[in-house]
Parts: sequence; structure tokens; C-alpha cells
Amino acid sequence: MNVVATRNFGAPIRRNEDARLLSGQALFVDDVELPGMLHAAFLRSNLAHARIRTIDVSAARAREGIVAVYTAEDLGDYWAPGPLLVPPPPIADTVFHPRTQVPLAKDKVRHVGEPLAVVLAQSRYLAEDALSDIAVELEPLPAVVDLEKAQTETAARVHDDVRGNVAARVRQNRGDYAAARARATHVVARRFHYDHGASSPIETRGVVANWDARADHLTIWDTTQAPVFLRNGLAGMLGLSERQVRVIAPFVGGGFGPKIMLFYPEEVVIPWAARKLNRPVKWIEDRLEHFFATTQERGQTHDAEIALAADGRILGVKDVFLHDTGAYNPYGLTVPINSQCTLLGPYVIPNYDSTFTAIFTNKPIVTPYRGAGRQHGVFVIERLLDIAAHELKIDRTEIRRRNLISPDAFPYNNEIIYQDFAPLSYDSGNYEPILDKALEMIGYDRFLAEEQPRLRAQGRHVGVGVACYVEGTGIGPYEGAKVQVQANGKVSVATGIGTQGQGHFTVFAQIVADQLGVEVRDVDVVTGDTDQFYWGAGTFASRGAVVAGNAVNEAAKVVRQKILKLAAEHFECAEEDLEIADGQVSVVGIPGQAVKLGALALKANPMRGAVRPGTEPGLESTQYFGPPGGATASGVHAMIVEVDPQTFTLEVLKYVVVHDCGTVINPLILAGQIHGGVAQGIGNAFYEQLVFDEEGQLLNASLADYLLPTALDVPHMEIAHTVTASPLNPLGIKGAGEAGAIPVGPVFAQAIEDALGLLERKIELNEIPLSPGRLFELTAKLR
Amino acid sequence: MKPAPFRYVAARTIEQALQLKAEYGDEARFLAGGQSLVPTMNFRLTQPAMLIDINPLAELTGVKNCAGDRVRIGALTRYRNLERDPATARNLPLIYEALPHIAHPQIRNRGTIGGNLAHADPASEMPAIVVALAGRLRAQSKKGERWIDAADFFVGALSTALEPDEMLLEVELPTAPARSGACFMEVSRRRGDFAIIGVAATVRLDGEGRCAEARIGLCNAGDVPVLAAEASESLAGRKIGALEIKQAAALVQGAIDPGGSIHASKEFQRHIASVLTARAVAAAVQRAEQAA
Amino acid sequence: MTTDTHDITVTVNGTPYRRQVEARLLLSDFLRHDLLLAGTHVGCEHGVCGACTVLFDGAPVRSCLMFAAQVDDHAITTVEGLATDRDHLHPLQEAMRDCHGLQCGYCTPGILMTMKVFLDETPSPDEAQIREALSGNLCRCTGYQHIVEAVQLAAERLRG
Repeated sequence: MNVVATRNFGAPIRRNEDARLLSGQALFVDDVELPGMLHAAFLRSNLAHARIRTIDVSAARAREGIVAVYTAEDLGDYWAPGPLLVPPPPIADTVFHPRTQVPLAKDKVRHVGEPLAVVLAQSRYLAEDALSDIAVELEPLPAVVDLEKAQTETAARVHDDVRGNVAARVRQNRGDYAAARARATHVVARRFHYDHGASSPIETRGVVANWDARADHLTIWDTTQAPVFLRNGLAGMLGLSERQVRVIAPFVGGGFGPKIMLFYPEEVVIPWAARKLNRPVKWIEDRLEHFFATTQERGQTHDAEIALAADGRILGVKDVFLHDTGAYNPYGLTVPINSQCTLLGPYVIPNYDSTFTAIFTNKPIVTPYRGAGRQHGVFVIERLLDIAAHELKIDRTEIRRRNLISPDAFPYNNEIIYQDFAPLSYDSGNYEPILDKALEMIGYDRFLAEEQPRLRAQGRHVGVGVACYVEGTGIGPYEGAKVQVQANGKVSVATGIGTQGQGHFTVFAQIVADQLGVEVRDVDVVTGDTDQFYWGAGTFASRGAVVAGNAVNEAAKVVRQKILKLAAEHFECAEEDLEIADGQVSVVGIPGQAVKLGALALKANPMRGAVRPGTEPGLESTQYFGPPGGATASGVHAMIVEVDPQTFTLEVLKYVVVHDCGTVINPLILAGQIHGGVAQGIGNAFYEQLVFDEEGQLLNASLADYLLPTALDVPHMEIAHTVTASPLNPLGIKGAGEAGAIPVGPVFAQAIEDALGLLERKIELNEIPLSPGRLFELTAKLR
Repeated sequence: MKPAPFRYVAARTIEQALQLKAEYGDEARFLAGGQSLVPTMNFRLTQPAMLIDINPLAELTGVKNCAGDRVRIGALTRYRNLERDPATARNLPLIYEALPHIAHPQIRNRGTIGGNLAHADPASEMPAIVVALAGRLRAQSKKGERWIDAADFFVGALSTALEPDEMLLEVELPTAPARSGACFMEVSRRRGDFAIIGVAATVRLDGEGRCAEARIGLCNAGDVPVLAAEASESLAGRKIGALEIKQAAALVQGAIDPGGSIHASKEFQRHIASVLTARAVAAAVQRAEQAA
Repeated sequence: MTTDTHDITVTVNGTPYRRQVEARLLLSDFLRHDLLLAGTHVGCEHGVCGACTVLFDGAPVRSCLMFAAQVDDHAITTVEGLATDRDHLHPLQEAMRDCHGLQCGYCTPGILMTMKVFLDETPSPDEAQIREALSGNLCRCTGYQHIVEAVQLAAERLRG
């Protein structure tokens, strides 16, 4: 019998990559040092909307230490708007006007920070000096900032040929909402504002390009989450073959979404400059630039209503919302589609009518950031249910319970189209036990019946919040992996996605270690190097473990078969009599009859002699995995918070997450993903906000004023899991990367309302972010 | 974000530092802890032509006890050393309570009291404390030295009474007298951030448990630290109870003129000013009663 | 203007270095690009994120807020000075690995330097003290919980 032992899969294995990271020996993009390397700095627009009259770089070029200064003109034919990365999903009657970013601005600038020129110098210090030498004449235009005003006939146009600044309009429909509303006992209609922010990884973006003219080869180090597509696109743009370009995403200091945006201006300009100057070129984004030059998420305004029966059952939901897409929309409609789809949540919503209009604004580009628009949709449905519960005098967790999709209803087809262009179908799930577990862990009933009144009598204002959500994860198109047993007995794994802290070097090793009977630490995983693996879409949408993980598994399975076949020939026995463990193959029941994997690998690659036709050398396999659709993870968050009724500062007393992401590969890594997601969710709910003024100027472009939560702002969290394996992949796993960040907004709103008794006093918190100052304003009528 | 070019001199003596400052005037800045100055230089918001590093001047550090129950703190004294000095809690309880709110430990390892005061950020805690304690500051230039009362030292946002050729040498503060209590409180978005509003309150009781003197200082309540004189005086000579505290908290409004920011509207700042005044005075009274 | 340069002698991780540096060269850049000690990372260059924290004469400081010219005759310790090599990590580094206290690892060196000194000074910290000591270092990946556990574990192990 040669059963695959699951020793490592599911175990909290320590990470392979940590020793290097902990001792400061891991390569990040800014660590790349090349002889003769030049440093780039970009001159960026200080106006949100303007026509470019002139740019005079002559003084900058003349400065000592400056090697070159380029504008859009200098790029010649190379200058072109970037490709549309994600076309709109196939939804009938969609209006879509793609407008993509350019390498250096020509004619117009459309957001603060848009690059106008690039300086190449001997140091970043000198390059920044030269920026002030560049004379730019900009003719200011009115800035498009407000989503509603943007659509008026007299509003300025971000793109001269796009009327009303309408980047897109999409309507998705299920059933007949009007009919549902007509027979509803109760309707709740509200306006909601949800603002999400800047991903702010501690490592900003960066690009190093090294053109070797003699080898005719370009190497690019980039903090990208999508090295393969970056390689393909840049090769095409530069007139090179893909083979001539190597993109390496080394260790990357946090991705969270915006690092998968492709063909950023800097990514397009720096390699071109390296080739033109025949010198390596480095550009590292500084923190100030990050607020403009890297994509972010921002706000939506929803006018939503829910139609209910008397017992709180949902008859239908209608939602009309505006989405701020920024100055360009290269990423298509992913974010608002996610909002639209994820609003449905774990609930039966038989009739759904959702329309969004994406608006161009004179602000930085919006592309997915952890949650990718799901937060916005989840906030709307959770708040509608909270208000409905209050008005119908039903407990807010009970109203949710009554609407949960039943466990025997899977696969559950929501009949609208998701971001992967496939119908939104939930593969598996069991939602009620998750809610039960969360309520048990937070002590919901006891809190409301006993603790809250007791503390209230002491003058303390404590409240509980509970929110449910689902998350579509693990979408296609596909990923691939190559697994190879080396002559030294260690196993190498390569895959095309990148890693930004998710532990791929370990979780993929765990999968292989079980299949091939080796130690996790003896499996060496490479990600993010296009020379090591040619194909792949990238790390995004909580899909790495699901899609690449399954590809790794498929490849490891094939290698396992090859091992068994070769060993069976070697021992002249049947494959069933063999066992793989501890890095060797042995014959069951016959001690001493064992061959090391490394020896088998050598045997599989003879230097001389003839092989049978169809033989592949080595113990190696490359396999691909593409799921038919996304796997739906789900969860419930619950929180107890204390609010100071005078200062409106708060303290989270307890935070609980119950999460279902199917089969778990490494519970320690999974917990880390959830903790990190919740921390970002807390930032989103109560601390972070990009504050733009009417001129499109960002007023808080620094970490002193864009407030990331610290260790004193993020509570200890208790996490529990349930498992409904995904039927869509052999490992049964679902993605988990974004889950923590998704429902935190409504949890905060509900808990704060509860702590301050706001609903009873007719005050609702229908916006995110909140803050002490905002709570003060919203409760004005109480004073 | 790299700073613009400048000339750097590590001063060997105070005289040398003052000589250079006299030569360069406003074109030169003193480099003390650098925790406020260097970020502005990295953003290129400040571009001094000359940076005079006074960190080598060890004679500017340290806390000395002086006659009349006062202490003199050298301008170059690091906040972290004040935190660690057991005398701080005893003699300067307002400072001791404020220190954990001033940025973070790494910042306090370098940040100096003199640098913080000379930077004069209206949202900074220490200026308000120095004003609340009616301290005085000693400045020196090539031409000589002088004492400046705290009330006169802060003239505007990021602006002090120091002349372009002057350096701050030390700050003199009264130690906490007998039968007194002090309390520093602030509301900020995160620990270590600048205060939305901070209140520094001291209360000294007489033999009968009545308030002999109270002083209420506020930070981020205007362009300069605010001493809420009317509110403070309203407590003098009275037994401080809930009513007196409420009155003082209301009177604070007349002294302040908060400017608002993206983190807090003026109205919210005003609200917090009264809330914190009430709380800080109540705590100061309680501590004074315990000390008595 | 001609560039203002200064000769400095600085000991980093026990090794003395003599270099000539431009006045405005930030200590973070000096360590990373002149001395090629790239373990210290840069996150903001305005003293907020703490990724660049190193020890200056034994005290954790933001290296992005100091100039290389200032460190003449001083001693710096960076993360490369914590462990003797990859196989012999400091107990705090071991604990971070055991507790999954790092994900992308970018903020980690700054946290290690800060918390190493914190543990030296506070050998038996409670969770509140740990979080307060950690509050000057931003992490965007971990949500801090596993870092807190790692520091608690390291404290236990260091106490023996």
C-alpha cells in the first residue's frame, strides 16, 4: 500500500523562508545593487486636472550628476496607453469606456501624482534635486471629485470624450424586485457611504531593470504580484521576445492587491530607459509617491433598499450605486462587480436588482485592494438587515439566521455574473454552524442579557456587533507548477505566481512533502521568477493556495507515480509493495530494501544508453490546474466594543472570527492571514481615510496622517474554523487571504450603535470609516 | 524622499554652535534629536543651508535641582532619559504622565525636550506643560543669554521668541509642591499621535483642602499652547467639587481657538477640551487630596 | 555648491568602518547601500513606520531620521548583528519563527531591534507592555498577534 500520509498537510509547520527573512538575508527589490546603476525619480503633477502647456527639462539635464531626463515626447513610438487588463464580464447592456494610464503624461494630467517626466541620475538624491529644475506649465482645469456632480452636463470631463464621466454602467438582475417589493410587509431604504483606502504595504513599489546588450537580455526585478504577465507585456512593448525578458518578483514586502496592477507608468518607463542608456536603472517608490502612484480603493455611494416579509425573510434587494474608479480604469470592473455580487452574502435573496455606475474622477486609479469591493457590498446588506431587525423588533442575529442559505442548497446559483466571468455560484457551505459558533464564542446571549446591562449600570457603554459574509475565492483562469526531485534528494518546486508573505514557500512544500515522503524543509519552492516557471496569472483574489496549490499537488502526484514506477522497476516488485517515506522508497516488510529519492532521480536521468520511447527524463512533472469556478469561503465576525460616550474613543474588548475556507493546509499561516485581514479591516473601519479636497488634492499623504493601526489598536483575536471542503478542487481548499478584511466595517457600525444605544435614538451609522470626530458629528442631536 | 543638500557641522563647543548660528541666521538649523526636523527635511519642506549638530554638546543634557524647588533640564536631555529618571515621576508628574503620549519609544530615544519645545508645534504636549507650569527657558546667542517666560516663548504655530542667532539651553520648571496633584490627559487618534486636544492640569490645595492654585494648560487648542486663565482662576479659593469642575470646563471655551484638522473638527476639539478639562481637574484634585 | 562630505568611523555589528559620506546621506541609506547591510528596510522616510529601526549606542532609533555623518565614533547594531548566522538565530528570532510572527518580513528587522532591547529592559512583560513597546512599529501583514506571542515566548525562553 502506498497511501499518501498527511503528516504535513494541515499541520502548523514553521516556515521555510523565515530564517532568511529574520536574519536580514532576504532579497527585496531595493536590495538589488548593480555596477553602474542609475537611479530614477519622477516629476509628478501637483494638480489633479490640468492641460500640459510646456515641459522644459533643459536645466535638469544640465545639472551635474544627471545622466538623462525624459518626457513623453522622448518615448516616441514606445509611448502608448496601457492595455485593458480586465475586460468587462459578459453582462448584457453593459456600458463600458476603457481609458488606461500612460507612461508619461501627454496633453493632460488627470490626477495628482501622475508622472510628467523622469530623471536618471547617479543617486536618488541627485535625481530629486533635478526635479526642481524642471519647468512645467500646467493650465489648471476644474477637478472632478464628487461622484454625483461628475455626471452633470456642465461638469469638467476627466476624459474629454467621455460624457458625464461615466466609465461604466452595469445592471444585474435576478427575479423581479418590483414584484417582491409590492408584496413586502416591510421595506427599508437607505443611503450608504463606504470608503476603502490605500493598501500601504510597508514596502512600497519598486523596479530595477538591467539590460545586458551583449547577452541581448533584460532582467527586471519588480515588486509585482503578476510576474508572468508583466514579462509578457513588457517583452511585447519593448519589441523583445519573451525569452529575452526575465521578471523576478523576489521577496515582496506585502502586496494586498495594488501590486498586481500591471504596466504602471514606472514599470513601463524604467526598462525602456535601461535599454536606451545601456545602464541598469533602479526606481524605488517613496512613501509620499505611494499615495498617488500606486493604485488604491476608494468610495462608493449606495442607495439600497430591502423588501422583507413580516418575519424578516428577505423578498428582494435593490441597489443603485456609484463607484469611484479614479482617473483611469485599466482593471475594468472587478471592484464594483465584487461589490454587486458579494452583497448577496450567505443569504437567500430571491429577487435582486443591482445597478452601478463607475465614475471617472481626478484621483489616483482604483484597482482591487484586499477585499476588492466586497467590503462595500457586505456593508450594505449587513446594515440593511440591522436596520430591518431593529424596525421589525427581531434580534439582529436571528434575522440573519432566518435568511441563511440552507446547507442542502449547494451548489447555490445566484444567477448573476462574478468577476471571473462565470455565474456566481457558491460551491459548498454551511452557514448556520458558523453563526452559532461565533455567537457562542462572543457570548452573545449572556452579553446582552447580563453583561451589557450590568456594565451600563456602572456607566460603561459596551456593545456587540455580528456580521456574516461570503467570499468568492480561488478563481481561474489557472496556475501551473513544476515539481522535480533533485539528485541530492531534495525537491524543487516552481510556480508562476509571486509571494508577498503568504507563506507559499511553506504551504506548497507541505503539499509536496506529503506526496513525496520528504521533510518540508527539504522542499525548495521558487515563486515569482519567470525563468523558473513560464506561465501563470498571479497572486490575487485569494487564489494562490487554491489554484497554485492544486497545481503543485497535481504535479507532485505525477512525480509520485514516476517514483513508484521507477522504484518498482528497480526492486522488480509491484508498485503496491512500495512505500515512500523519509526521503526514500522502501519495500514494505523487507527492511534494508530501500533506495533514496536522490538516487532514483539520478537513475531517471542516465548520461548514456537508450531509453524506451515516451520516457521523460528525471523525476519531474509540470501540471496545470484551472478551476471551473470560484470556491466560496464564508465566515462570521463578532466584536464587543466599549465606547467612551464623551470622547467617542473606543476599545475593542473581544474579537472573534469563525471562518470556513475548506481544507486547511497550515493553520498557523491561515491564522496569520485572518489576523492581518482583520487588522486592515479595523484600519478601514475606524482609522484610515484618504482625504481629498475639492481640488483633488490629497490632504493626508503621509503615514503621520494616513492612520495605519498599531499594536495598540488591533485587539487579540480568537479564531475558530469550520470546514466545508470545496468540490471544485482535489484538495478541497478555499482561499483565505482577504476574508479577515471584509466584514469589519458593519461589525464596527453595529457594535458602536449597540454600545451607545443609537438605533433607539434614531441615529444610524451608515458610513465607513467612522472615527471619534465623525461619531461626535453623527450624534449631535443628542447633545 | 531625500533631503536637499546642506552643509553639516558637528559642533564641538556651544560657542562654535552659536558662532555658526550667528553667521547663518535662519539659513542654519540646530540638529538635536532630529525627530521633528529631519522628516520635514526629507519631505523637502525645510531646506536649511547649514545643519549644526549639537548632539556632541554633553553639557546641555541632564536635570539639575535648583533652589526654590525648581529643576533645570538641559535642552538636549532625551525624553527617554526623563522617562527613566525616577525623579521625574516625583518632581514633574505632568511630564511623567505625558511622556508615553509623546510619539514612540524609538522617537523618545533621540527626541530632546529642547528640540521639542523649540519646534513649537501647537499640537505637541510639552509646550502646553511648560506653559501650565509657568516655566522659563534660557536662550543664548553670541551676544549673551536671557530667560524667557514660557508664556512669552511660544509666539505662533512652529514659531518661538528665539532670535535667529539664539539657541535654547535649558528649561526651568517648578517641582510639584506639597499638597498638589497634577494630571495630563489627551485624546489622539492613536497612541503617540499628536493630540486632538491635550490638557495639563495642576491643583495645589491649602491646609483646609481648598484650592490654593490651579493651572489648566491645553495643547492643540490654538496656534500656541493655551493657559486657560479664567478657568484656572475660577477654581482658586474654592473647594473643588463637581459644580466647580463643570464651571471650569465651560470657562475653558473662552480661552481656546482650535483650528480643526482632518482628524477633528473645531467643534469636536472644543467638546474634547471641556471633557478633558473636567476629567483632568478631577484627577488632579483627587491626587492632591491623596498627597495632602 | 560643492558637495559637503565627512569622514566617519563607525562600528557596525562590531566591525569598524571608515567611510566618506555626503552630509545629507541618511543613515538608513548608508547602512543599506554603502555598507550593503540591506537587512534594515526603509518604509516611509519620515519616522513613522519603524521598519528602519537600528540600535544606536544600544538604543533603538529610526535610521531614516539620522544622517550617516552623525554616527562618527558611535556604534550601530543592525539585524545582521542579531544572529551569528542563519543556523544560530537569537531567541527572539527563533520565537518569531515558531509563532509565525512574520509574513512578508519587511517590517521584521525593525521589530526585532526594538523588541530585543525591550526584552533586555523588561524581561517579564505582560501583553499590554508588549503592545505598547510594539506600537512604534507598523506591520501591515500580521495584525500583531503572533508577534506578541513571539515576544512572550522569547521572554520565557530568555528567562530560562
